[in-house]
Amino acid sequence: MPSTRSLYPFASSSPSLDPTTEKAGTRRTSFSKPSKFTSFFSTSPKSRSALSEADAIKAALAGQGAQHPYNSPSAISTSSLSLPSISLSTATGTNMKTEDTTLFQPPTPAEAARIARAHAQFGPLGSKNHLYSSRFVGNDFPDPIEDEPPMYFLITTYISYLILIIFGHVRDFFGKRFRAEKYKYLRANDGYAPLNSDFDNFYTRRLQKRISDCFARPTTGVPGRFITLLDRKSNDHNMTFHFTGTTTETLNLSSYNYLGFAQSEGPCADAVEITTRKNGISVCSPRADAGTTDLHIEVEDLIAKFVGKPAATVFSMGFVTNATVFSALAGKGSLIISDELNHSSIRYGTRLSGAMIKMFKHNNMKDLEKVLREAISQGQPRTHRPWKKIILAIEGLYSMEGTMCNLPAVLQLKKKYKFHLFIDEAHSIGALGPNGKGVCDYFGVDPAEVDILMGTLTKSFGANGGYIAADKDIIDKLRVTNAGTLFAESPSPPVLMQISAALRCISGDLAPGQGAERLQRLAFNSRYLRLGLKRLGYIVFGHDDSPIVPIMLYNPAKIPAFSHEMSARKISVVVVGYPATPLVESRARFCLSAAHTKEDLDRVLSACDSIGDILQLKLSSGIAGGAEPIPDGLTNEEEHRIQKGEKTEFKPPRWRLEDVLKRGVDDIKMPLR
Amino acid sequence: MDLHEIQDAFYQWFSEANVQFQKIPGSAILLRYIKSSYQDDPVRSAVELFLFLFAVRYLLAPKYSTQKQKIALTEQEIDELVDDWTPEPLVAPQTAFEEIENEKRPVIVGPTGPKSKLSNGRTVTNLASYNFYNFVGNETLKEKAVQTLRTYGVGPCGPPGFYGTQDVHMKTEADVASHLGVESCIVYAQSFSTISGCIPAFSKRGDIIVADSALNYSARKGVQISRSTVKWFEHNNMKDLEQVLQKVTKEQMKKPLTRRFIITEGLFETTGDVVDLPKLVELKLKYKFRIILDETWSYGVLGRTGRGVTEAQNVDPTQVDMIIGNLSGPLCAAGGFCAGTEEVVSHQRLSSASYTFSAALPAMLATTASETIRLIQESPEILAQLRENIKAMRSQLDPRSDWVRCTSATDNPILLLVLKQDALTSRNFGQKEQEWILQEVVDECLANGVLITRLKAMPQPLGAAVSAQSPQPQPALKICVTTGLSKKETEKAGVVIRHAITKIMTKKR
Repeated sequence: MPSTRSLYPFASSSPSLDPTTEKAGTRRTSFSKPSKFTSFFSTSPKSRSALSEADAIKAALAGQGAQHPYNSPSAISTSSLSLPSISLSTATGTNMKTEDTTLFQPPTPAEAARIARAHAQFGPLGSKNHLYSSRFVGNDFPDPIEDEPPMYFLITTYISYLILIIFGHVRDFFGKRFRAEKYKYLRANDGYAPLNSDFDNFYTRRLQKRISDCFARPTTGVPGRFITLLDRKSNDHNMTFHFTGTTTETLNLSSYNYLGFAQSEGPCADAVEITTRKNGISVCSPRADAGTTDLHIEVEDLIAKFVGKPAATVFSMGFVTNATVFSALAGKGSLIISDELNHSSIRYGTRLSGAMIKMFKHNNMKDLEKVLREAISQGQPRTHRPWKKIILAIEGLYSMEGTMCNLPAVLQLKKKYKFHLFIDEAHSIGALGPNGKGVCDYFGVDPAEVDILMGTLTKSFGANGGYIAADKDIIDKLRVTNAGTLFAESPSPPVLMQISAALRCISGDLAPGQGAERLQRLAFNSRYLRLGLKRLGYIVFGHDDSPIVPIMLYNPAKIPAFSHEMSARKISVVVVGYPATPLVESRARFCLSAAHTKEDLDRVLSACDSIGDILQLKLSSGIAGGAEPIPDGLTNEEEHRIQKGEKTEFKPPRWRLEDVLKRGVDDIKMPLR
Repeated sequence: MDLHEIQDAFYQWFSEANVQFQKIPGSAILLRYIKSSYQDDPVRSAVELFLFLFAVRYLLAPKYSTQKQKIALTEQEIDELVDDWTPEPLVAPQTAFEEIENEKRPVIVGPTGPKSKLSNGRTVTNLASYNFYNFVGNETLKEKAVQTLRTYGVGPCGPPGFYGTQDVHMKTEADVASHLGVESCIVYAQSFSTISGCIPAFSKRGDIIVADSALNYSARKGVQISRSTVKWFEHNNMKDLEQVLQKVTKEQMKKPLTRRFIITEGLFETTGDVVDLPKLVELKLKYKFRIILDETWSYGVLGRTGRGVTEAQNVDPTQVDMIIGNLSGPLCAAGGFCAGTEEVVSHQRLSSASYTFSAALPAMLATTASETIRLIQESPEILAQLRENIKAMRSQLDPRSDWVRCTSATDNPILLLVLKQDALTSRNFGQKEQEWILQEVVDECLANGVLITRLKAMPQPLGAAVSAQSPQPQPALKICVTTGLSKKETEKAGVVIRHAITKIMTKKR
């Protein structure tokens, strides 16, 4: 294995990197104003402190250089000056681990512990083969094929819920009579109406409570490649929990840590530490008062440049970004068309705006066009006056479905129907596209065609907060009319530095090579796990390149069962059921990260293989992929036909685990089938 | 074909139909019923026949839309309308005042603090940040934050409901709860969104909210999204509140019992004065309402150890059903909280949108909050020191200035200065003119090395009629006192502000 590892996986670089840098270069030229960030590293006396900061980052990097497996070439050259042993190893082109052994210098226990800690947050890349760069090519973006389970599972799901509801009512009936004290909170008491109405509370009390040990599991430490859970127990059927005092380190497929920036060491954390010491922890003021610092402006410029928009503004919370922005954009006489599966924050924000809201079926372009035609031709209800404006609010990547918006089709409609387009890139920014710049990048669309790009900084960048990027006049207007800027607290310096460091890392300004590796590892991991699960026979929702991989569980009893089985194998997953999903479509959701290695995913696949047999989860019919490999000895034409998916009969895929693991790495580089 | 044949065919068809009819199960009963009812009561049969025919007609009637307004259009007409339609731009152009606001927004270079460096290179006295105790410059806090960073990283990368709840969050929650003396507490990731998530979690359609008319923007949005019935009472007027409560109780007498809330603030964001909590609690108990108290600006400020209004006015905190507080201002961390009983807190964990659907607070900010809470508990003298500074600043402004008066409560470190009524009437100033004047005062102060700010007007819903707009607070200057400055420095800054006000006001004469 070590011989296949390379010191800089990117030095020999996949060709896909080159257009990337080219593209970024052309984009940069479109901004005549020099980046504020370059001045960060300039030698003007004003930024002397900033310079020393940059030096410190470099120094920290150099210090780490000796053992860090993802060293940037520049860091190595610095460190090689002081440590001749490294120049020796770079000359031979082997990687760090081997270098230790060749020099007969096994790491000290402390050093070994530090490396283990770093690897628990961000796994080392196993092979250059485990990289991929995903972008959409073609004209029509296909809807994902949604498989359906045999009727038996749907019926038993309904029956399960029926049983749960009946049991709930029976328990309520006896409980309210014989243990009235325990149900006091549901009744009017001393002239106060109950805080929870009996009916609203039924679902929580009788269904959610049963499995509440699968949710809100307390953790400690970094939510990186592994996450440490605080073990807890309940002796009263999840009414209360007590901590056992022990912890469990589990493989983390639950955090939105797409690019693996949740780290307590490395260049980002070092930069954050320096900023914390220098700038403090908070700015103690809303943006509009005295809460704007040079750091805010730098981060805003970086974000604007990253997403390809002229201007951007940051907020301290992603939810509030959506919750306040619509009020500043639309009001009475405007129409907001919203995807039915849009995030709660968009619903919240649009409801507050006072605009009329219409929904369309998830990702259904025909339905969207119908809604648009009707809205424009009929005008406002009753008065029939034309709408002042129509805003279409969609998400780049839907967090429960793993589907992406059909951006090319939406833009076609936009040309004809002249609506304003708002894309929430909460999950897609950083996670999609060859350069991590979100859906526009993935589809190769000019970001100028989208009016407003909103995103969160919580997920891919390991920080917190949200941003809005748009034309300068829009941003300027938002800064003075948006409650999130006027009244809400300003993002704090450490969080801003994390964003800035992560963005510079992706673009290659900080620790060159790391960012690109993260993007390509995420793309590989996403496709690898998805294909593997399909081949094992799971029903998997969503598009192929999405880092969110939901697998369907259906029966409510399988929600806790799956979660517990995974926990027993020390893997943390998110399970969701009604009301976050439709009643019958309970699911488990894997969130992939660049921090995962192929071995981690193999562990997940192996766990899913055995759990799938125990819980009867291998239900797919084969229409959504996971087909057998194309047999040898076919003519080119036949092969082409099969690849295009013009096959009529489908066989339920039930691959053996060994075959899945054996073929996965190569097969994900072709269109998934 | 003659008549005879038709008759035969008819009889044949009839007997055939009769046979088929007999074959239908239950047909005999129906026949007997019709026969007997016709014999006994022919009128009833006629009515039944009529009803039967009506039902047939109803079922056969063509479907129609309930949206009568819709106009049927051909595809071509729709296309023409689509081509015809020109939408407004996404945002309206900036007004002159908004341009000024964007231009004049101060940008601090490096750390914020009692003396802050601005992007124009000048170092000014900062009286615009909520840095009341100057925790920003505290090295121990920074050290603790860095330690947390090295253990937890920055972001928790997930909502609290999945794997975003960390032990440090639970610690902060416990710290706040024990500081306040309540059962339980829930920490939100942002202070601004705390109350707007908390209100709709409890108050639903059909419930009743009685709210102070000077309520801040965030709470107003929470009230709006809850879709409850809202009654406003005159700002801080307990008599008016009692009348409203009486009226509501009377109106609701015959109706089923619903949840009822009084929503008000501890120290008001828009006026700076303080609520009369003992009276409020008395009214609440009398009329069976629950209190949602927004202590965003009073937690960490009022009371001997910073517990807020409950401590300052000697009210048992358990009498207030929900206490909303702020960890981002004086406590120098980030996030907000809602404290109350276990029931109140656990309900929010599942049903408060801004908690459930948002990522958790970064660990290093949570530990900072825990630390600062400990600091104000352990050294109440810094609160006393702050009050000295408030007094020093106030004495320079309120009685001495001819132009402004301070609407804030005596212990409020945020001094809100509004133009005096006679100055307004003599010059006939409206909302906009006041904002312009105060902006000039802010600029003048900055020119003299003191950074202060204005109370920002609430953004109004776009396209709403004037009658539908929420009432704006009176424009005011906002001065935040800090212990980072000595009493002398504070007084000096106060003089600068007073002179700036006088200069601008006399110039305008």
